[in-house]
Amino acid sequence: MLKDITLGQYFPGDTVAHKLDPRTKILLVVLYITALFCACGVTGYALLALCLAVCVRISRVGLKALIRGLKPVLFIIIFTGVLNLFFTPGDRYLLEWGILKISDTGLQNAVFMVVRIMLLIMGTFLMTYTTSPISLTDGLEQLLGGLKRFHVPVHELAMMMSIALRFIPTLIEETDKIMSAQKARGADFESGNLMQKAKALIPILVPLFISAFRRADELAVAMECRCYHGGEDRTKLHVLKYEGRDYIALLLGVAVTIGVIVLRWFGL
Amino acid sequence: MEPILQIKNLTHTYGIGTPFQRSAVEDMSFDVYSGEFLGIIGHTGSGKSTLIQHLNGLLKPTSGQVLLEGRDIWAEPKKIRDVRFQVGLVFQYPEYQLFEETVYKDIAFGPANMGKRGDELDRCVREAARLVGIRDDQLEKSPFELSGGQKRRVALAGVIAMEPQVLVLDEPTAGLDPAGRENLMANIRDYHRNKHTTVILVSHSMDEIAQNVDRILVLKGAHILMSGTPAEVFARGGELLAAGLDVPQVTRIAMALRERGVAIDPAVYTVRDLERQLLALRKGGAAC
Repeated sequence: MLKDITLGQYFPGDTVAHKLDPRTKILLVVLYITALFCACGVTGYALLALCLAVCVRISRVGLKALIRGLKPVLFIIIFTGVLNLFFTPGDRYLLEWGILKISDTGLQNAVFMVVRIMLLIMGTFLMTYTTSPISLTDGLEQLLGGLKRFHVPVHELAMMMSIALRFIPTLIEETDKIMSAQKARGADFESGNLMQKAKALIPILVPLFISAFRRADELAVAMECRCYHGGEDRTKLHVLKYEGRDYIALLLGVAVTIGVIVLRWFGL
Repeated sequence: MEPILQIKNLTHTYGIGTPFQRSAVEDMSFDVYSGEFLGIIGHTGSGKSTLIQHLNGLLKPTSGQVLLEGRDIWAEPKKIRDVRFQVGLVFQYPEYQLFEETVYKDIAFGPANMGKRGDELDRCVREAARLVGIRDDQLEKSPFELSGGQKRRVALAGVIAMEPQVLVLDEPTAGLDPAGRENLMANIRDYHRNKHTTVILVSHSMDEIAQNVDRILVLKGAHILMSGTPAEVFARGGELLAAGLDVPQVTRIAMALRERGVAIDPAVYTVRDLERQLLALRKGGAAC
């Protein structure tokens, strides 16, 4: 049951979207988000939605998988939508019902907000679906490399991130095992009130933390045994290199962003 | 002898409806008799772990039944917890499940979940601790201060304290040194002898199985390859080797001697039996 959690899941593939340099994809997502926040009219949103649709088509990640990614944030989407719908003052009220009033601006804001969040999440998920966690951290490390000059521990952060990602499946498996073991001793996780349910977690959490610390310790020793000493002078097995397609993708991304900003100028 | 557990046409399939669909246990049927010491042996991936998790209802069969004393354990899904108290399951590396502040409290977790309190609880805990060789002064220690072997004993006691009718052990000696292995197995043998309960031992080690159990179940590729007394199973040593499984060291010596023309029974699996046979051969004047 725990194995069903999708957490930035990666769908391996062989499409252009998969082959793009991770840095390109990160930059494209940054551009995409900027454009999303600049868009202010139907045309702007439509343009961005079209771009996303094209990218999804290229990546061959099913639309279903993307929509499934929206599930965990469904509450936030609805919450934002409802708040905007009822509490935006406007010139004309479409509906009045006690203190609940829906204004024309409110309706417009609510729709745009919901579309914006959905596009935002689907766009970023598309990146994690098409980029393996390892190459994603690699890309981040390279992109933020410049910050090293300001004593930002970029390499260490990237290393921590990749280790954390690496251990998610292991810890999920471990949790499953510990749960089974405690169930075999009659632990009950389903029934009881909230307090009892919280208490029932102790027999899982304590062993889980202990094993996580043990693993961390072992990993640290293993890394030191292989002379790991941080990022200085460390070379890579797979050196990231921009290719023609990366330049094209970036150019297109910049063009779309400028397009959206221009549209904003005209209030579209 | 009465069957205490009956496994009927048990099948368990993982990932139904996905490309990863695969049966870990397929159409297995066998009985476990009251009071017997049953050994289950098989390769990694032969379905051992999946099988034993069905015995106490941690996994639900895809099809087939598990009967405990003649009753289907899934007849009343709400009462599955009672089945878990009657069929105690000790997982591989059980020391990782310890969580309480003291050894005593950890051993008491299972019986307390059963609803035992007061003197009854105290008796269960102390008896279980004694059976696995935990000293009284260790009961008040933190389980995390103990050595690996002792932690494992505590975890074992945690299941024994529930006084299950059937005790299932998944590779209880994995990762222990030879002395620790023998020690722990001696404890398990004592437990079986004194409590007259059923014990199911899952192991990789043919020697461990050969020396302890009354009956062996050999699994291969989600099916039962053979079952019978150690003598019956090891008499088919050639088949076991062909299936990629091991035979006890003594049996291997006997098989090798037989290949070289010594008239010896290849079903021998203890050092003493081999010794007896060899002595008999020498007295008989055979060329050794």
